[in-house]
Amino acid sequence: MINVQKLTKYYGERAAISDISFDVHTGEILGFLGPNGAGKTTTMRILAGFMPADKGTAKVAGFDVMTQSLEARRNVGYLPEMVPLYPDITVADYLDFMARLRGVSGKRKAARTAEVMEVCHIRDVADKHIGKLSKGYKQRVGLAQALIHDPKVLILDEPTTGLDPKQINETRQTIKRLGGDHTVILSTHILPEVSMTCNRVVIISEGKVAAVDTPENLTRRLTGSERIEMEIRGQKGSVTNCLRAVDGVVGVEINEQNGRQRYLVECKSGVDIRAQLAAAVVRGNFELLQLNTVGMSLEEIFLKLTTKEDVAA
Amino acid sequence: MRNILTLSEKELRSYFASPMAYIVTAAFLVVAGWIFAFVLINSRQATMQDSFQGMAIIMLLVSPVLAMRLLAEEQRTGTIELLLTSPVRDFEVVLGKFLASLALFIVMLGFTLYYVFLLTRLGNPDAGPILAGYLGMVLAGAAFLAIGLLYSSLTSNQVIAAFLTIVTLLVLLWFDALSSSFSPSISAVTGYLSLTRHLSDLPRGIIDTKDIVYFLSLIVACLFMTVRSLETRRWR
Repeated sequence: MINVQKLTKYYGERAAISDISFDVHTGEILGFLGPNGAGKTTTMRILAGFMPADKGTAKVAGFDVMTQSLEARRNVGYLPEMVPLYPDITVADYLDFMARLRGVSGKRKAARTAEVMEVCHIRDVADKHIGKLSKGYKQRVGLAQALIHDPKVLILDEPTTGLDPKQINETRQTIKRLGGDHTVILSTHILPEVSMTCNRVVIISEGKVAAVDTPENLTRRLTGSERIEMEIRGQKGSVTNCLRAVDGVVGVEINEQNGRQRYLVECKSGVDIRAQLAAAVVRGNFELLQLNTVGMSLEEIFLKLTTKEDVAA
Repeated sequence: MRNILTLSEKELRSYFASPMAYIVTAAFLVVAGWIFAFVLINSRQATMQDSFQGMAIIMLLVSPVLAMRLLAEEQRTGTIELLLTSPVRDFEVVLGKFLASLALFIVMLGFTLYYVFLLTRLGNPDAGPILAGYLGMVLAGAAFLAIGLLYSSLTSNQVIAAFLTIVTLLVLLWFDALSSSFSPSISAVTGYLSLTRHLSDLPRGIIDTKDIVYFLSLIVACLFMTVRSLETRRWR
């Protein structure tokens, strides 16, 4: 549903994002996780058609966001980070305006407006001026406008910032329910948010994709174990056995590429067994060509993320 | 076309949601009415010619205020992001905003038809110059608003937008007076650009294509540049 290929965007000399590639499948909720300033908003703005990329392509619902911008925009519901709303009109008038702007009219408009008000719990403020609403309600109105034309794709930029814990929970439940019918991409810098709502995660750091995985795997990679990548020349079976025998090894995966054998050794976290691994390989008379840790950089990214949520009263 | 109307309607709603539309209209009518009464009492002639000149000067101050918010506010609050990510073309956004401000201006101007009514009761005014004069007022107003809209697209600060619009309009107004101090070739250009010259014939009942073309080209050029300015926003 969303296909991003080698997206690059410069702000002046600095690349905000470079060579970002990922896919989002139909009905999936994809988390876009990264510390502040990693390039999340830039990527989302490009996908929503607000600004073009300098290099690369992005397709939404089969339409290129640059060359078929209008068609792509018709299929996207977008909630920007700061939730820009017109303060001087009522919620009902605002939704009416947004619906018509997106080509929803007549009976369908009335039905859609009623539905999004229901889904986002804003029926009780329909006749209030937006400027008078609380932050939580504004956020919900923002989500409602993104849903008004029943878009195939939803792009939500930090949809839970500035909300209280109860509202955060509600918003996450709403987003979760939206998956399946809609393809959702949501950005966040909060790790638990991803594990609670998303099917898959793209981790982005300093403008580059650092990892793409399921939240479960990522959490495991973060807390349970560390991985070491080794390139070893030798008979596969015996190399694997040799590695497994080393104390602290949890599992070994073989990854063959262009005739080069790479072993991904998963080991208990907190113990550095690189020296033992190297010694074991040498003892077994295999040739050790390369040894390096993977996931370390990922961990550094995680350190910058918000891993805990403030549980306010 | 439907998008343009949707945008215009929303914009008009915003005008009347704040006291601004009322204040500006009231101020315009107070000053225009005072000028009309003053001219009428002094000249004792059933004509609008001098009143139109006075109205043009007030429009110089009123139209920047009407236009300043149109795009600057969207940029300041960030609502431009949702506008430009909706399936709407940039020129539709610009035309929608422009037509809304023009509609408000025409309503405002419509109130001054009461002066014409007064003239018909008091005397026997010539309809030709009055109709031509109103055509001139609408064209000039539209041009002023288009200039204002252009500045509004260039900044997120309403005050700066209004200020630059007034300065531009004053320069256009004074081009006529200035042109005598320039060399003939330059003064030909400044004379053509001068607002005063193009605003003097219509209230006298002379519909000159030169004047119409002047205002129309000013409007089209400004709207075109506003669309471009929105487009470049995407690239910045």
